[in-house]
Amino acid sequence: MTMAEPGFRQTVRLTQPTRRLLELFLIACGWGLGVLGTLQVGWTTGEPLGQRFWITAAVVGGLAVVAHLVVRWRIPYADPFLLPVATTLTIIGLVMIYRLDVAAAQSAERRNETPSTPDVYAQLTWYAVATVLFLAVVFLIRDHRRLQRYTYTCGLFGILLLILPLLPVIGSTVNGATLWVHVGSFTFQPGEAAKILLTIFFAGYLVMTRDSLAVVRTKFLGVGLPRARDLGPILVAWAVSLGVLVFQKDLGTSLLFFGLFVAMLFIATQRRVWLGLGAVLFAVGAVGSYFAFSHVRVRVQIWIDPFAYAQDAGYQIVQGLYGFANGGLFGTGLGNGYPQLVPFANTDFIVAALGEELGLTGLFAIILLYGVLIERGLRTAVAVRDPFGQLLAAGLSITMALQVFVIIGGVTRLIPLTGLTTPFLSYGGSSLVANWIIVGLLMVMSHRARQPVAVQHSDPDALTQVVPITRAK
Amino acid sequence: MSELTLTLLRLAFLVGLWLFVLFTVLALRRDLRAPREARPARLDLSGPEPERVRQPKPVKAPKQPKKSKNTVGTALLVEEGPLAGTVILLGTEQVTIGRAPDSTLIADDDYVSSRHARIYPSEGVWMVEDLGSTNGTWLDRSRITSPAVLNPGVPVRIGRTVVKLQA
Repeated sequence: MTMAEPGFRQTVRLTQPTRRLLELFLIACGWGLGVLGTLQVGWTTGEPLGQRFWITAAVVGGLAVVAHLVVRWRIPYADPFLLPVATTLTIIGLVMIYRLDVAAAQSAERRNETPSTPDVYAQLTWYAVATVLFLAVVFLIRDHRRLQRYTYTCGLFGILLLILPLLPVIGSTVNGATLWVHVGSFTFQPGEAAKILLTIFFAGYLVMTRDSLAVVRTKFLGVGLPRARDLGPILVAWAVSLGVLVFQKDLGTSLLFFGLFVAMLFIATQRRVWLGLGAVLFAVGAVGSYFAFSHVRVRVQIWIDPFAYAQDAGYQIVQGLYGFANGGLFGTGLGNGYPQLVPFANTDFIVAALGEELGLTGLFAIILLYGVLIERGLRTAVAVRDPFGQLLAAGLSITMALQVFVIIGGVTRLIPLTGLTTPFLSYGGSSLVANWIIVGLLMVMSHRARQPVAVQHSDPDALTQVVPITRAK
Repeated sequence: MSELTLTLLRLAFLVGLWLFVLFTVLALRRDLRAPREARPARLDLSGPEPERVRQPKPVKAPKQPKKSKNTVGTALLVEEGPLAGTVILLGTEQVTIGRAPDSTLIADDDYVSSRHARIYPSEGVWMVEDLGSTNGTWLDRSRITSPAVLNPGVPVRIGRTVVKLQA
């Protein structure tokens, strides 16, 4: 080994590759998959695709490329996997929603009814809105740490949003769950936005108090618990959100919030007692609501024995299971199955529709894509340097993970079915927009985590050490 | 459309979906695996050109003969990791390793903490100390919990980076 004459002073650094080209390539792959899938739906069902299809494909491609270019410009070091995976899931969702539209139109034609308006164009519009908001996050939130200033504001607005659907004039009950808000002809589910706001609140609050939550404790029933004044705001937020959700009969969202709170407490304090406490509270809540609420009892009964209720309460889940069985290992092929037989096939049960037409093989690929998305989110949480960012990234990833688990687990009868949207895939604007905002936040954070630290040149001796460095041959 | 074409199309979509997953996972693997080959390390001179003009005096550190009499080991060689091939000549000063911009060896690596470890001379030997890093500092195959003597030739692993002391 030869050594050159040491002579220049410097520190050594290597910048991480931005890998934006990989991102563009993966987006192109996802777009190609969407075109292939839609063509297959058209050819199989005999529905003419026409000019409208190519316009739609161009709009989707345009939105994805604009998002990519803005990311390249504003946050070049952001994680290169989040955007393409989210885009691909959205596109797969659009294909399936289009396929269900075709099925609905054809059955209406057979019965000589007027076909209902197709959902796919509404979803496309929502995708455009979601992209705009994603870009707004990228533009406006240059530094996620500024969100920490709005900790309590976010908490307050989050809870207000949760209460909104219960208000007399604007709130409305759809299919037994009160989670919609009507303003004119415009409807949305405020719970989706509340999910993000409350995650910000919890991250900000836990950063401020986690030391006292982890260290200072009073003994209660032999378990060291934090002081009441540290625990208070958490319990209030917890009780209010869960209480509101009980009134709204929205089991899925309650489960989501509960799991999120427990996971974030555990991450912030690194004390296992929270997991134990969470499990106990969950068990108490689950058993209690089983006896207290009839709609919870029904959910458990159709989970244990859906075929006993195949014609009434369990109809949806039984049809979903038939769909999976019909799909088998490789699926019937897009456009070849009967996913429209499942009620709400394009929202809660879109996974059953995909399972029927793409089979177990296709469904596994989709679940893996969710896995990649969540892994990148948690990776961001590890890489971010400030504790608030770490908690926020972890919380947002866990929200997504829990949501995927609760809905896919419910549809496949692993756990009792609770209504939640499948992130990115399901038809529904609020959910799509909220999940794209989450992707935007994660990308902004990963950009800040991965970008090279600016080195000050003004006084190198103050900052950097004098070390001679050579390169070995 | 014949039955055969539709079956092929159906499989083509599944293959496409899995190819997408495969591309993603292959690309992800590069993030997880420590690169064996030294990639051309982009050396970012922390001082701009004029700085070197302003201080044309040769650095004092390379008075190694004297130092090496006192302290065992004259240089740190980066064996693995993004900066593989870099040699840091040791003087009497400590060497800090981390993501922080004021570290001697700045590792932009997700597995490295901002102030990860330091290597400093003490009573004729070089010591390595972990500065409370998340993923730990490994001397040979054991994670160190307190300052340990760094003997020449023993690998120190910090994230993806492995450094060795040269006699």
